[in-house]
Amino acid sequence: MPFVANFPFFCIMITIAGGVTSSILSGKNAYRLNVLISTACFVMSGALLLFMVQNPQAITFLMGHFPAPWGNEIRFGPLEALIATTVCFVMLMMTISEKERVFQHVKSKKINLFYIMLNLLLASTLALIYTNDLFTAYVFIEINTLCACGLVMSKETGKTIAATIKYLIMSLLGSGLFLLSIILIYDLTGHLLMPNIQESMALLMHNEAYQLPITIIIGLLAVSLAIKSALFPFHTWMPNAYNRAMNISNALSSSIVMKGYIILLIKIFYRTMGIDLIQQLNVSNILFVFGLFAMIVSSFDAMRTDNIKKMLAYSSIAQIGYIYVGIGLNTTEGFVAACFIIVAHSLTKSMLFSACEGLMIVSDHSKHIKNLKGSGYRNPIAGIAFSIGAFSMIGFPLLSGFSGKFLLATAGLHNPDKMWFVLIALAFSTLLNAIYFTKVITVIYTKDDTRVTSTTISFQYKFTLTAFIIVNLLLTPYTQLITDIITSGIAVL
Amino acid sequence: MGPNLLSNYYETISMILFGIGFTNLFLQPNLIKKVIGLNIMDGSVYLFLAAKGFIESRVAPIIVDGITDVNAYINPIPSGLVLTGIVVSVSVTAVSLSLVQKLYKEYHTLDLDEILIKAGKEG
Repeated sequence: MPFVANFPFFCIMITIAGGVTSSILSGKNAYRLNVLISTACFVMSGALLLFMVQNPQAITFLMGHFPAPWGNEIRFGPLEALIATTVCFVMLMMTISEKERVFQHVKSKKINLFYIMLNLLLASTLALIYTNDLFTAYVFIEINTLCACGLVMSKETGKTIAATIKYLIMSLLGSGLFLLSIILIYDLTGHLLMPNIQESMALLMHNEAYQLPITIIIGLLAVSLAIKSALFPFHTWMPNAYNRAMNISNALSSSIVMKGYIILLIKIFYRTMGIDLIQQLNVSNILFVFGLFAMIVSSFDAMRTDNIKKMLAYSSIAQIGYIYVGIGLNTTEGFVAACFIIVAHSLTKSMLFSACEGLMIVSDHSKHIKNLKGSGYRNPIAGIAFSIGAFSMIGFPLLSGFSGKFLLATAGLHNPDKMWFVLIALAFSTLLNAIYFTKVITVIYTKDDTRVTSTTISFQYKFTLTAFIIVNLLLTPYTQLITDIITSGIAVL
Repeated sequence: MGPNLLSNYYETISMILFGIGFTNLFLQPNLIKKVIGLNIMDGSVYLFLAAKGFIESRVAPIIVDGITDVNAYINPIPSGLVLTGIVVSVSVTAVSLSLVQKLYKEYHTLDLDEILIKAGKEG
């Protein structure tokens, strides 16, 4: 086994250890430790990705060298390495760029606790991406939920706590259903490791036994993870939580937390049930329909609101809809498109949230779009980043959002039954995206001479936004490479 | 279907309990009752798992009187999973209850709808 195969395990362990250590550090040192760990994880995941690009293969890593069923396993291939690299990059950039706001809004004694959340969030997301065991997945889902809730309520005002409890309840409903479904799987097959379950499932399907329970289990799994990743109509908690929480938690929640659940769902579909079974049972049609609604309804909602944070929240819900439409198409092309949108949206949405914060700072922290007038001139780098992100979300050619929509449309063409639904929803959603994002861009670039800002923009903020802009612009020329990585990753799932 | 439900009464009851817990967590406006619902929901799954993991006339896998025959003992994994699950649900309950406490201090009510209305008025 090559040495890089140890890296996923190292990443998970050092992030957990970092979380524990942060509890005894001061806020500043906790921040430094967090940056160090995120950098280490990013470098290690990047190295793993490079290795996987050269030798596309799946590696199973036995924890402590105990074989199944005694030991625990993680398993990874090109797809997991790509997603993990994206996640670590977003985490690193957001930690650096939002440092000042964290130190400003979180109570000074509790800043290290905030960084514990960040570390554990990264650890649990990486574990969800890499794990090969369903019960481990459940445990890390709960850790992920608690950390995400902790981030949302970190300002500790009544409003944020009210938003958090709504989020927590919705999430717990999802985890309860997930727990029930894995216990039912364990009951039917006697296994918790994904490859063993797949063998038993294939045998059960071959003997045509337990058809109804299996259908119900897959439905429960799909719905539980859909609830957790805020698919329409389970998204109601999201706009309020996003409106009240800090932008760092919004960015991490929409770029990391939800994407972790979706990757887990894709892994479960491929590795636990087997994609043939999923295609045969047609359960993913539910996800397809919900996804279509999310694309259109949320875009309407985003158009109606005058609050920029809520608008970005609705836009995230719409993008989650795109991803589920890709999954619901039930073809390999659909899954590739979904994975590409996951990567592209993670990078773009975190840049948008970061830029939105920058625009709000120079506009007296107002969330209302009309008060952002001229902010693109007062904070040029945030203006540029927001415009690039917005154009990418609209699907402007030469930007990553366009590639995502293009892949989704092409995937739709391979599935004649669902083709028209995908194309019409895409067209509508793109039109609505264009309307609400251009509105914001017009406002932030309308000159407003009455306001002069004295806020200085920190070097870290400029640096991270520049890095985000470069990565987002690089996504387009390398679309083919990324799609190849995803395709090879799905082939070895 | 009737006899099956009766002979598997553990499973039947745990599914009924799951339904009760789930509905409570979802629909109850009172936050404390919501947390109780959460615990009923999780507890029912553990009951289901423990019932499934136990085989009549066998004992827990701790060797007594030198009997090493596999058929004398039950599989310890389901019980282990139940324990892990209990740890998870205890921590989730603790977090939810601390949030409820904070909300009560802030808004002086446990009714989620009222809290959301009050929080909404703050903007």
